[in-house]
Amino acid sequence: MTARYGVRFVSLGYLAVILIAPVGLIFWRAFEHGLHPFWAAISSPDAVHALKLTVEITAIVVPLNTAFGILCAIAIVRHRLPGMGLVNALVDLPLALSPVVVGLALYLLYGRDGWFGHWLLGHGVQVLFALPAMVLATTFVSLPFVVREVVPVLREIGTQQEEAAATLGASAVTTFRRITLPAIRWAIAYGVVLTTARSLGEFGAVSIVSGGIAGRTQTLTQYVQASYENFDQTGAYAASVLLALLAITTLLLMTVVKRGDRST
Amino acid sequence: MSVQAVERFYAPRRYPLASGIALGYLSVIVLIPLAAVVAKGAEGGWHHFWQVAWNREARAALELTFELAGGVVAINAVTGTALAWTLVRDDFHGKRLVNAIVDLPFALPTIVAGLTLLALYGPTGGVGVNVAYTRWGVLMALLFVTLPFVVRTVQPVLIELDRDMEEAAASLGAGRMTVFRRIVFPHLLPALLSGVALAFARAIGEFGAVILIAGNIPFKTEVASLYVFQHINSDDPTGASALAILMLVISFALLLGIGGMRRWATRHDR
Repeated sequence: MTARYGVRFVSLGYLAVILIAPVGLIFWRAFEHGLHPFWAAISSPDAVHALKLTVEITAIVVPLNTAFGILCAIAIVRHRLPGMGLVNALVDLPLALSPVVVGLALYLLYGRDGWFGHWLLGHGVQVLFALPAMVLATTFVSLPFVVREVVPVLREIGTQQEEAAATLGASAVTTFRRITLPAIRWAIAYGVVLTTARSLGEFGAVSIVSGGIAGRTQTLTQYVQASYENFDQTGAYAASVLLALLAITTLLLMTVVKRGDRST
Repeated sequence: MSVQAVERFYAPRRYPLASGIALGYLSVIVLIPLAAVVAKGAEGGWHHFWQVAWNREARAALELTFELAGGVVAINAVTGTALAWTLVRDDFHGKRLVNAIVDLPFALPTIVAGLTLLALYGPTGGVGVNVAYTRWGVLMALLFVTLPFVVRTVQPVLIELDRDMEEAAASLGAGRMTVFRRIVFPHLLPALLSGVALAFARAIGEFGAVILIAGNIPFKTEVASLYVFQHINSDDPTGASALAILMLVISFALLLGIGGMRRWATRHDR
């Protein structure tokens, strides 16, 4: 009995010290003087712009990575080509790679002297320190999620139904739409939720390629950093609480998706 | 040829378009940018690369990163297993809420993670400690972001674990510790190893959670990711690339290792 309470005490105590107390405190700090200061901080022009920019980037990245994720999962599971092993390893890389390295890579590629940057700048296309580079950085770091959710499901359902549909004369598109897609839809939904969360919260890679100019190329996470470093704690806490609420919404959505998956 | 081999040979080459698009997309988003880093780091030749990558500051940053990642692995191995155990074998009010909270570090932006720790354990926290600009602070930030890894790899194994063996061992007179050490632990080991490897990889590269708390003091709180960031900002892309290449190699090696461990862990399933 004592051993059980001991393990419970240690594990829950650790969770409280590392996670629950710090996160709880910023909620307290953001709202300790009521809703008004929180609202004032959140509705400042720079904060609003940062939120809009973050949502804009996410709205571009999530559909891209979802479409790619489904195609890539199909390629990994169903298509036997040399090089698919490499694709498999590369897809996981963003999970293990530092976002700083991602930022550096884009900085080098699209900078003034970069392989692409030189040519693009010559043709009047600004990638670095502008929206395109921020989208590329976010795409890189949130790339694996849909692939990783869809691959195991595709493996599990096998090819029998698809082959049967093809034998009965269904085209590749019809087979995908009527057979494959219904089977993987919850996996896709789960992957989309994870991709969205990662895109909204990305900081490291974006902060290197964005320039972080307030009101222009500053995302919400960068707004948190800038506010804190400018001793605007109210602004930093308010934006953090907003991001934390988005994260909690993500967790709730994941629970809902999991439940939906089980009911089918 | 076996029947399977014949089938495979004659099977229609499905989805060639999917493979082509997947490869093209991966090249543009992942492969070419990383190639640019390698090219930058290697442009002065092998000797120059080592000179840049192995200077005193870079070495100190790497050493600190590995020390902290080692600490993260050791602490997570214990607390992660304990948390998984509590969530599977224990029963108390609010268990489902705790289970959901464990995932929070996966969903919470890393910059927010760092800020929350500073709010409580920083100069104005009011709990009598100040971890700002210290290695302890950096360690805490890494522990925050790596918290779910071990729990989420060990938990499913613990759920699936057949309790008959434990009861048999107990009925034969084995104490609680002996049962854990001889019966439970060997079953958890592959999952535990892959969990700590994921935590290790994350700790090596983490940036957002540590940037506010570390204050970026070379030789004191400057970890590898901060070194790279600092050298981009001070217009030394070659120096940044040299360390970035080392981080890239470490990440890739860890991924291959984790893949191997997964196959080892599921070797009885096939």
